[in-house]
Amino acid sequence: MRYSFLSLARNALTGHRDWPPAWRSPEPRASYDVIIVGGGGHGLATAYYLAKDHGITNVAVLEKGYLGGGNTGRNTTIVRSNYLLEANAHFYEKSMKLWEGLSEDLNYNVMFSQRGVLNLAHSDAQYNAFGRRGNAMRLNGIDAELLDRDQVAAMVPDLDCSPSARFPVRGGLLQPRGGTARHDAVAWGYARAADARGVDIIQNCEVTGLIRVGGRITGVETTRGVIKAPKVGLVVAGHTGHLAAMAGLRLPIESHVLQAMVSEPLKPVLDTVVTSGAAHGYISQSDKGELVMGGDLDFYNSYGQRGNAPALEHVVRSIVTLFPRYGRVRLMRFWGGIMDMTMDGSPIIGTTPVDGLFINGGWCYGGFKATPGSGWVFAQTLAKGHPHRLNEAFSLDRFASGHAIDEKGAGPIPGAH
Amino acid sequence: MLLIPCPWCGPRPQTDFTYGGDGTVVRPAEDAPQAAWADFVFVRDNPMGPHRELWHHSAGCRRWLVVERDTVTHDITGSFKPGEVPS
Ligand SMILES: Cc1cc2nc3c(=O)[nH]c(=O)nc-3n(C[C@H](O)[C@H](O)[C@H](O)COP(=O)(O)OP(=O)(O)OC[C@H]3O[C@@H](n4cnc5c(N)ncnc54)[C@H](O)[C@@H]3O)c2cc1C
Ligand SMILES: [Zn+2]
Repeated sequence: MRYSFLSLARNALTGHRDWPPAWRSPEPRASYDVIIVGGGGHGLATAYYLAKDHGITNVAVLEKGYLGGGNTGRNTTIVRSNYLLEANAHFYEKSMKLWEGLSEDLNYNVMFSQRGVLNLAHSDAQYNAFGRRGNAMRLNGIDAELLDRDQVAAMVPDLDCSPSARFPVRGGLLQPRGGTARHDAVAWGYARAADARGVDIIQNCEVTGLIRVGGRITGVETTRGVIKAPKVGLVVAGHTGHLAAMAGLRLPIESHVLQAMVSEPLKPVLDTVVTSGAAHGYISQSDKGELVMGGDLDFYNSYGQRGNAPALEHVVRSIVTLFPRYGRVRLMRFWGGIMDMTMDGSPIIGTTPVDGLFINGGWCYGGFKATPGSGWVFAQTLAKGHPHRLNEAFSLDRFASGHAIDEKGAGPIPGAH
Repeated sequence: MLLIPCPWCGPRPQTDFTYGGDGTVVRPAEDAPQAAWADFVFVRDNPMGPHRELWHHSAGCRRWLVVERDTVTHDITGSFKPGEVPS
């Protein structure tokens, strides 16, 4: 069913009791052309573009829990393409362009809001580095504006820009087209659109083994039986290492927990996304009015999906220092998600040494913004058996060959990216 | 908050320490093949469950220690001086 003003009006007449389910819940079939492990935004987007752009519809998405219950539903929804390095710039900008048409393409409102993403500079050195990154972005055709202190103060009145501030504001790098989106809607929108094209979405189905015959993948073992396929894509966010180990692969990845939190809902106070690398915190306001805040990892390997108080305290301190006015706002909820931290801070999207097994993971702090682009290039990689131009650089073998994509120049320390 | 038993100082809060990653990786010989070096620098077991890892008591005695911790429950089951880690 197409969602439209008319369908809304018609269903209003029956008290919204007769909406059909947005996707089917089929029993798994014995075999498929492609199996996607992981029903987060990336896995569902991959399935959608496989069906839409490559005509491959005999596809199953296997999810161990519920759709979007992983990092898709746990992230702080910041979308941007403000990267310095070429490979990142082109890939994330492709994603940004897809975001800009996504609600229409999916016939589902993902509430993409281009309210801008503002990175704060607190020193001359940081300001100059932002100028450099902004210039690199503009040379790559991406929007960027370097703001001075007065422009930042005018744009974000609640921010402490006084000379005596603990983190004096020197200026900022603004990407006006950046912003936020509704995370659940992204999973649901892709699920509905993929299902409409014939993709089987199977929830409560955990993959427990990868079946190989002579170095080639032939299917997966699951809690709902064996399912065969000549091509399997792992799209499991923080669990890539764990799943790859089922095929005997070790990866340049550590799994870490990242926490985030929201305050009680407030009247609109903040109409952009503000980040401070120096203070280790970032903040935006959701459409429901909550202040959404995040910061650093807990900084130790974890599959626990929950963190500890020190990391939370650190974020709160940072936000209250930058925005003294929010000091009396009460926290409402906090949570954690498990992320693949790669050794260069960039994702891994491509083939593996096992024939027929493909990986889409290593998203570190920032894979939500990549969702459409990631699905788009991974669908092509699965369909053709080799990467698209836009994800060629994100290969698994780039580490051994000396082609790491280290945006921050932080070295092979996963927690540092 | 993790309570980490430093083998020299006793139990101390996590905020006293800096994490040093997987404590089982072994530096290859200088003339080891390229692949062994790539493995050492970049590749990790990243296990779900017990993990032997390095911590630095950076706001304490400033010595390194090896901690045995479960990556799912975060329970700490042992801590050792480097060189005294049971196999
Ligand atoms: C607190 C936090 C804040 C973040 N903030 C941002 C942000 O502001 N902007 C941004 O761009 N990114 C952000 N990220 C990162 C972003 O959330 C992720 O990179 C992105 O959502 C990953 O999407 P995904 O579809 O790959 O993973 P997920 O949504 O995690 O989907 C993977 C799915 O695989 C399933 N799975 C795992 N193992 C199995 C198995 N064995 N069998 C079957 N299914 C399995 C899981 O249940 C899960 O649903 C944040 C992450 C966290 C944790
Ligand atoms: Zn000590």
